[in-house]
Amino acid sequence: MGTLLALAPALPSGEASKYVAAAYLVFLVLILIYVAIMAVKLARIERDLRELADHAEQRRGRSEAGPGPADTTETPHRDPQVQAVAEEMRN
Amino acid sequence: MYGTGLKRLSIATVAVIATAMALIFFYAPMDADQGFIQKIFYLHVPLAITALVGFVVGGVYAVLHLRSGDRRYDARSYVAIHLSIIFGVAVLITGSIWAKASWGHWWVWDEPTLVSFLIVFLLYATYYPFRYAIEDPERQARYASVFAITAGAFVPLNFLAVRLAQSLVHPRVFATTGGGLPASMMLTFLVSLAGIALLWVTLVRFELTAKSASGQVRRLRRALDAPRAETSSGRPRVAPELS
Repeated sequence: MGTLLALAPALPSGEASKYVAAAYLVFLVLILIYVAIMAVKLARIERDLRELADHAEQRRGRSEAGPGPADTTETPHRDPQVQAVAEEMRN
Repeated sequence: MYGTGLKRLSIATVAVIATAMALIFFYAPMDADQGFIQKIFYLHVPLAITALVGFVVGGVYAVLHLRSGDRRYDARSYVAIHLSIIFGVAVLITGSIWAKASWGHWWVWDEPTLVSFLIVFLLYATYYPFRYAIEDPERQARYASVFAITAGAFVPLNFLAVRLAQSLVHPRVFATTGGGLPASMMLTFLVSLAGIALLWVTLVRFELTAKSASGQVRRLRRALDAPRAETSSGRPRVAPELS
């Protein structure tokens, strides 16, 4: 905004420009705060996805090592719910 | 998928807002009465229009939610109202700055336009405590939709009441009689309005995409029967998620 005001030759530099700059800066700051909050939320989603990927890999590792008493159910890859979610996220 | 086309929408939003800024500061003439202060008009009024339309859009989504029972409409209604409240904060602050610069006061209580917008804003400010006070997700969504419809219907009624009132202070730049905006100012205003409206749509899509991703993670966690992370476990569900 400051650069914009400096570039505009016909813009006044008195009291009026301070109010105009303040109004536009308030809007910019509000949008930046919103984007920052959304960035934090996206980082949390990414962290959750990483945890889930680790969990899925551990389950696959266990099932490839051989079926134990706890692995009598189907593997993550054969789970239709997992496949549906994975398909949806791919699309 | 809400993220589809979000990149193109974001680029279009940035382009239109940049064009609007160029028009505001390099093309639109100085106002004969207010001078440079009038430049706030190109931000303040589009923000107010977008916020009020956004409240109505939230009400329309709430109607669709109650008609269909589809929770996606509830999420859209929530996000529309959420963004409109943020834009409403910007309207109140930029309006106060404009009032101080033009009239010498931060707020004028006998001005119907200002007070009516404040009433609408405060009405919607009760949306969050109202929504969060209900724990059952189904009831929460249903009651929030009823609120969004009632408050959404109040917005155009409020607007009409203000237009019918005889204002002494607030300018009527879109009056059908007694002049109005010159063509160059109108063009600048319309581009600004398009930019702010596009920004609202982009941010709504952005937030819906984040909610959709969060819902998919929740589904995946259930499907994998994975334990919840420390930070997110036990957190009350206060905002709708898309799954």
